[in-house]
Amino acid sequence: MLLSAGFEMSHDLQEIDADVLGADLSREDRFYRQLYLIRRFEQKLLELFTNNMLAGTTHTSQGQEANAVAIMEALKLDRDMVWSNHRCHGHFLSYCGQSYRLFSEILGRRTGACGGRGGSQHLHWRNFYSSGIQGGFAAAAVGAALAEKDKGAISCIFMGDGTMGEGSVYEALNFASLLSAPVLFVVEDNGIAQTTPKELGVAGSITDRARAFGIDCHHLASTDADEIFATVNPIVDQIRATGRPAWLHLETVRLGPHSKGDDTRDEDFVAELQKRDPLTVYRDRVGDPGALEAWCDDHIAHVLDLALKDDVACVS
Amino acid sequence: MRVVEELRDSLFGIVERDPSTIVLGEDLLDPYGGAFKVTQGLSDAYPNNVITTPISEAGLVGVGLGMALRGRTVLAEIMFGDFLTLTTDQLINHAAKVKWMFNDAVDASLVVRTPMGGGRGYGPTHSQSIEKHFCGVPGLTVMAVNQFQSPGALLKEAAELGSPVLFIENKIMYSKLVEPDRLVTYDRPDAVILTYGGVTEFCVQAAERLLEDEELTVEVVPVQHLSPMPADLIRAAAAKSGRIFTVEEGTESWGFGAAVAEEILSAGITPRHFQPIAADPTAIPSARNWELEILPSVDKIERAIVASF
Repeated sequence: MLLSAGFEMSHDLQEIDADVLGADLSREDRFYRQLYLIRRFEQKLLELFTNNMLAGTTHTSQGQEANAVAIMEALKLDRDMVWSNHRCHGHFLSYCGQSYRLFSEILGRRTGACGGRGGSQHLHWRNFYSSGIQGGFAAAAVGAALAEKDKGAISCIFMGDGTMGEGSVYEALNFASLLSAPVLFVVEDNGIAQTTPKELGVAGSITDRARAFGIDCHHLASTDADEIFATVNPIVDQIRATGRPAWLHLETVRLGPHSKGDDTRDEDFVAELQKRDPLTVYRDRVGDPGALEAWCDDHIAHVLDLALKDDVACVS
Repeated sequence: MRVVEELRDSLFGIVERDPSTIVLGEDLLDPYGGAFKVTQGLSDAYPNNVITTPISEAGLVGVGLGMALRGRTVLAEIMFGDFLTLTTDQLINHAAKVKWMFNDAVDASLVVRTPMGGGRGYGPTHSQSIEKHFCGVPGLTVMAVNQFQSPGALLKEAAELGSPVLFIENKIMYSKLVEPDRLVTYDRPDAVILTYGGVTEFCVQAAERLLEDEELTVEVVPVQHLSPMPADLIRAAAAKSGRIFTVEEGTESWGFGAAVAEEILSAGITPRHFQPIAADPTAIPSARNWELEILPSVDKIERAIVASF
């Protein structure tokens, strides 16, 4: 449940908000609830920027929400570890449902998930960690997986097609395979790194990149949360059963800019991508999407209101 | 006992006291036991605690960081100090920052040990002393051993700190005897040398010669904690004499001498004579005599002190 605004945060209160995540809902309703929650949360962030109520930068995951929702469903949130990147809000929200803590963090409030220190890109909550350095946590994800292997936990690390240029990724793959670390490496390939199309940034195959390290490689081009879950769930089971890493190349879409106003793509091209919007794909599968949407709209308005009233973070 | 033996004993003690400790690095497995033998015997005695790694400095520090974030004490070895540049992102952007940027909810008990220093003719990429590039990073403690204080006790302190430590050893120091009795203190020495690491030995030798040949009293004050710098130690040492020298094996610019000067001047201490002694500002040549010419030496230290009178 939400803590009241101004509550002095204690780390042993770091909890997963099962209510926000829709733990009691049917899987379909839960998926749509989370897809819509992430979308509205990030749209609200962009509004706040437009209204000069937010400083710094942000990277929204519009178009990629189904990855976060489906993969968190496949993980055991009480023990597995999640390592994310600059585009981490969706992963964070689907991991713990702490929308209030995320708003207050990005708004630079003392009550933020990291007390206003980390901001949009550097989040930590329970077993969730994100870094603004591409591939920066790849090796740490491997080390953590080794440290917790005897507890039946795995690490899941999210990267992008743009991360494929970082050597740290390949060092981590080498370690993961040599030391048999239970790690799910996920490449969310949205086809563009900031403004650089994949064709100019990635040589060869993303899908096959980990194969040479002796790691099982999987590929899926989808924005359908059900399809992604059906693909990921057995991979997660296999990682847990064998204690070996796996690599998943997920082709997805980026519907928004890289950060705020930096989308250099042709409008017709982006309009075509809109047809694969994971919310549009999923909306017909739930009985009463309007009710789920209204719940999220109310919830977001409520937690944003709370966060805006909180004290700003500063030295004193 | 020799420096390498003290460090090894300390490492054994750390693993024995905390059986979840992980020691990882390149070529650590016995019978080889690491390039400079600090880990010799460890993998035979504790096979589950030692991980030999690929040549992958960023990777091994990152893997160590991940283990440390999950509660393990991790001691990583980088075979040559020069290779630290490869670990920079893991140390500066990740290990040093995690505690603070994650609101003190986590920490990483990660010690990265590495030997610096020349004098063995290893040339430009295996002889440097580049620790200054890692000093002044919030969240990263930098320590350096010398053979006149206890290297083993310092390693134990590093492992027990609970936060990331860069632990600087020295190649030619490993075989030296630990000799605490050779550090001499005076009430009003003619000169004070502030120094650290491998060149501490040159300073002690210079002080011994100057006492015998010139009847000059020179107090050598080795600094084991480079960053953050122990202001009280530095200021107390500097207040003892009007002649202050600093000796470091790396190059002078933006180095130890400058940091010591800042500590002294900001405390209002104004020595008559302040002189940093450091390596010449070039890469380190492989040719043995040339290398010895550009690095600090006993002669250089002795000459500089005599010339100051």
